[in-house]
Amino acid sequence: MLEITEGSMAVAEAVRLCRPQVVSAYPITPQTHIVEALAEIVANGKLDAEYITVESEFSALSACIGASAAGSRTYSATTSQGLALMFEVCFNAAGMRLPIVMTIANRALGAPLSIWNDQQDSISLRDAGWLQFYAEDNQEATDLHYIAYRVAEHPAVQLPAMVCFDGFILSHTYEPVDMLSQADADKYLPKFAPKDRLDAADPMSFGMYATPDYYLEFRYESDKALKDAKSVIQTAGKEFAKMFGRDYSAMVEGYKLEDAETVIVAMGSICGTVKDTIDDLRSEGAKVGLLKIRVFRPFPSEEIAKALKGAKRIAVLDKNISLGAKGAVALEVKDALYGSGIPVYDYIIGLGGRDVQKKDIREVVTLAGKGKGDQFVGLRREVL
Amino acid sequence: MADKTCELFDCGHRACGGCGAALAARLMLKATGPNTIVVNSTGCMEVFSTPYPETSWKVPWIHSLFENSSAVASGIEASLKKQGRSEKVVVIGGDGATLDIGMLCISGAFERGHDITMICYDNEAYMNTGIQRSGATPYDASTTTSPAGSQSFGNKRPKKDLPQILVAHGSPYVATASIAYPNDLIQKVEKAVNTKGPTYVQIHAPCCTGWGFEADQTMNIAKLAIDTGLWVNYEMVDGTVTKVKKVVRKPVEDYLKTQKRFRHLFKPKRQDAEIAAIQAIADKNAAKYGIDIKLKKE
Amino acid sequence: MSLAVGCRARPGKSRDNKTGSWRVFRPLFDHEKCSKCGTCQVICPEGCVTEDKDGFFDPDYAYCKGCGLCAEECPKEAIAMKQEEK
Repeated sequence: MLEITEGSMAVAEAVRLCRPQVVSAYPITPQTHIVEALAEIVANGKLDAEYITVESEFSALSACIGASAAGSRTYSATTSQGLALMFEVCFNAAGMRLPIVMTIANRALGAPLSIWNDQQDSISLRDAGWLQFYAEDNQEATDLHYIAYRVAEHPAVQLPAMVCFDGFILSHTYEPVDMLSQADADKYLPKFAPKDRLDAADPMSFGMYATPDYYLEFRYESDKALKDAKSVIQTAGKEFAKMFGRDYSAMVEGYKLEDAETVIVAMGSICGTVKDTIDDLRSEGAKVGLLKIRVFRPFPSEEIAKALKGAKRIAVLDKNISLGAKGAVALEVKDALYGSGIPVYDYIIGLGGRDVQKKDIREVVTLAGKGKGDQFVGLRREVL
Repeated sequence: MADKTCELFDCGHRACGGCGAALAARLMLKATGPNTIVVNSTGCMEVFSTPYPETSWKVPWIHSLFENSSAVASGIEASLKKQGRSEKVVVIGGDGATLDIGMLCISGAFERGHDITMICYDNEAYMNTGIQRSGATPYDASTTTSPAGSQSFGNKRPKKDLPQILVAHGSPYVATASIAYPNDLIQKVEKAVNTKGPTYVQIHAPCCTGWGFEADQTMNIAKLAIDTGLWVNYEMVDGTVTKVKKVVRKPVEDYLKTQKRFRHLFKPKRQDAEIAAIQAIADKNAAKYGIDIKLKKE
Repeated sequence: MSLAVGCRARPGKSRDNKTGSWRVFRPLFDHEKCSKCGTCQVICPEGCVTEDKDGFFDPDYAYCKGCGLCAEECPKEAIAMKQEEK
């Protein structure tokens, strides 16, 4: 059913439809509306869940670990400082192979303190072993939660998943979103039935320690599971398309890519602005296209190489930077294109909520055309 | 009633011979029984009992991180509630995990009132990492990060009083116990798991390796701690002290001279001022809890 | 033996680790002196002391680490520590 709704509300509703039994919540801008909405949902009996108001984000994810290990589908949401505080717990949850789903309302990391959007937070945890989905709009943000649970809980995967959507830009924006009915959600997402759980009827020890004789193999298995998730995403996406008409089977999505000479690669809400700019540029005769990355982990290396085969130059928009080096997306795209001879230019853009407009995308395309890249875009030189 | 014959902690674990914590784990499980889920913090107990693929735990058990056991337990408790399951949730960790790094999570869990039991095996230092000072290390104990030296008599601070802190959080049942008195320990843990709400038992578990005494002296030293008043066994129900183990008190010196970690108080020179300061701590405990058996006046 | 997902295991394998090999001294249980109080069984940190059909106690030498707590605590002094033969 189509409704005009705030991004956070749509996400909260999607989570409700996924029927988590335990929700752990700690407020942090700009995710707060999600946990508030869920609190109201639980208080009014619209979701039969235990809602734990934890005392920090660290505890939020730790409580999810306990609940998931005990056999419950579980949920939390965070961003920025909260996600950074959970750093240790994120690695722990993935290593323990618990299919927790967490929404990240992407926000810049301090210092300096910022409540506004960029993708540094989730990207900085790309090593942790979590699936990472990035939403372009609130429809994707909503749908990706069903997909995330379905993929995370699959026996071949059993890994936690982050559903990332840009803080304020998506979380606090009203857009039309088609919500599933509970019956449809239940059909798509069956009850959580893990093979192992903490149970006095069949005692098991979870989270044992691994000596050097075993650790390497455990890491290999986790890596394999994350890579095997690619085919699980494909199947889950195809099934969603069959049932609801929206296709999430591809990890990357092209826009006016077919004959594009300059291809912009980006993740998240910036893709909307890029598409509008491409439409303008195309009408002026420029051959520009977009490759949107929707799944960042596992990294769709082959899919990117295949999609960008015919391009003359790649302009990667990075809403993050590994200080002292480059943006993460550019570095990984470059790796995917290694040997192709296609130049990849990195543009650091939109950090800390700096507004990205069509003129900024035009500037990127122009710079790429001149062979100039690996720089910040939109710097206010007068304050430097 | 606890089944004292039940053995839920399997042989083959790698604790030092004579380990107080290993004994605490065995006794704790006799009190809780098999319908228990144990959350264990990183530390000696977790390490000596679960090197993959060997585990000594015959109950469902989970180890996540060093400091988050109470938060993990909160999630388990919530999940069991939703699933309508009856297992008891018991958290166990050392003094480092509980009194220091775990304070945030334990405070939150107790404030929220989860139906969990927190047990701390108090061996008075970070033992698993090689005997470093914790918030539970007693005054003047020598550890590797509070060593006795020409400018120092060891740890400068008294033990943190976590039982009081948790009573302040509204815990309906808080107790201290010792491996010196196994039946009392079992009774207290049983009471703790059967009391609704967040409950706490701090178990004194002397460490032969860390404190410097022979393995067969673990029980004797635990008893001496109580006899000298440096450890008090008591129960607090809804914040009021209801039961205290009374003793005919021995001077603290009898306890201190048995352990290498207090050796510097006697050799090369006897440190009367320091021993007196420790005696004052024992005297304060005695007065606070009323542990002295009143002998009939002649 | 294939790895368990998430580094998990069911109980049982700790028994593969025969900690009896750590022993320097072994406890010898004298049933003549034993009063069947059960203290040795309660306080053994290994939990390796078991009761026989007559109510007497014996350690499992496959796991006994020889810590000597049983000998120290036995109220009847029915347990003696003897150096292991090399």
